[in-house]
Amino acid sequence: MSNQNVTVEATLHHAPADNLVKRIWKTFWILLIITIVELALGLLLHKLDLPDNTKRMMIKGVIIILSLAKAYFIVAIFMHLGDEMSKMILSILIPLLLIIWVIVAFLIDGTAYKQMRNRYDKSFNTKTMNLPQKQAPKGKTVPLK
Amino acid sequence: MATTATVHKTSWWSGGKSPFNVEYGKLMMWYFLMSDTFTFGALLISYGTIRFSQNYWPNPGDVFNTFPGAGEANLPLAFVSLMTFILIMSSVTMVLAVHAGHQGNKKGVVKWLAWTIVGGLAFLSCQAWEWTHLLTGEHPTLINGQIKLLAQTMSHNPWGHLVEGSAVADALKNTSPDVLAKLVYEHNQSMSMAQLTAMPADQLAKMVNVAKLHVHEAGPVGFGGFFYGITGFHGFHVFSGVVINIVMLVMTTKGVFERRGHYLMIEKAGLYWHFVDLVWVFVFLCFYLI
Repeated sequence: MSNQNVTVEATLHHAPADNLVKRIWKTFWILLIITIVELALGLLLHKLDLPDNTKRMMIKGVIIILSLAKAYFIVAIFMHLGDEMSKMILSILIPLLLIIWVIVAFLIDGTAYKQMRNRYDKSFNTKTMNLPQKQAPKGKTVPLK
Repeated sequence: MATTATVHKTSWWSGGKSPFNVEYGKLMMWYFLMSDTFTFGALLISYGTIRFSQNYWPNPGDVFNTFPGAGEANLPLAFVSLMTFILIMSSVTMVLAVHAGHQGNKKGVVKWLAWTIVGGLAFLSCQAWEWTHLLTGEHPTLINGQIKLLAQTMSHNPWGHLVEGSAVADALKNTSPDVLAKLVYEHNQSMSMAQLTAMPADQLAKMVNVAKLHVHEAGPVGFGGFFYGITGFHGFHVFSGVVINIVMLVMTTKGVFERRGHYLMIEKAGLYWHFVDLVWVFVFLCFYLI
């Protein structure tokens, strides 16, 4: 019933058509380049197989930030959320802040569970804690004699 | 006083117009997508929680390293890059369809919507191949002192720690002839499987190409459930997105939106489709990149 009354108010404010198409393709290239950089970093993680945990975490951190940038471009440009009224944007984004809390709470919980199991369940520890020096180097297995 | 109030106070919330200056269905689509974000967020966070509770987690480069038609070549992340590219591309064609809708360009809407559907189907086909490959693969895994061939399923993960050379040699002695024959055949097809299975186990064990053989311990079981659960749920979204887009395409060709005077429905379908792309950014991040 409300469909008949719909004015095309949602399409009232728009930049000139040519600009929009240009903006879409520009966003596409940005997304593509970010994805390629992410892949390069992901492959770097795989190839280097860094024993240094901090360096690995730093690369992963960069990949996460790049993914968030991608998410921003998809939402703001492709989904046109950036063109909506700020109070509407906030009505969607503020509830999503809950997710930050859930991520922090649950990942801390997972870590705590791991530490607890390693401390009290020695079989879990020995089964899964293969020390690096015991491992053969990647791709090189000692030939069978 | 009352009259001046009605004339000058353009209060957004006094009724008569949309306070967010947005059509009802579109706003509700946004709120639906927000709730869907929580669903995917919960799934991915539970995956993260289990991963954080483990001492070891498989390296995605070892798990996802095949490409259709490339045989045994080790190509980490190559296929999933293609899938990501397809999805980004289909997002672009969708936004171009929405744009054509704004201009009331029916032909443009039909063209770009059709390409979006093609992209969605291509992505689903890729995922079908990827799943089939993982579910039917045979990876040498060290279990109870012998080597078994395991696939990546809901109850098995064949990507634990890499096993060192001498342990592999010991395990080969205990491995069943059937598995040994397959291990030999994988790198040396000079003899047929029938010939190989007829040979004694100790002879087969010597023929296995240990340098090329990567034996892993069994990895965390949770990997399969989370991977198939989350990529499956995302794939289901892609599938329903394709169905929605097909409905939109039929409605467009029949001139429904033309008669209605606006293509807002395309915009709503577009929001859903971009969301599918958005979720993939994070699925890609959590399962393949880090």
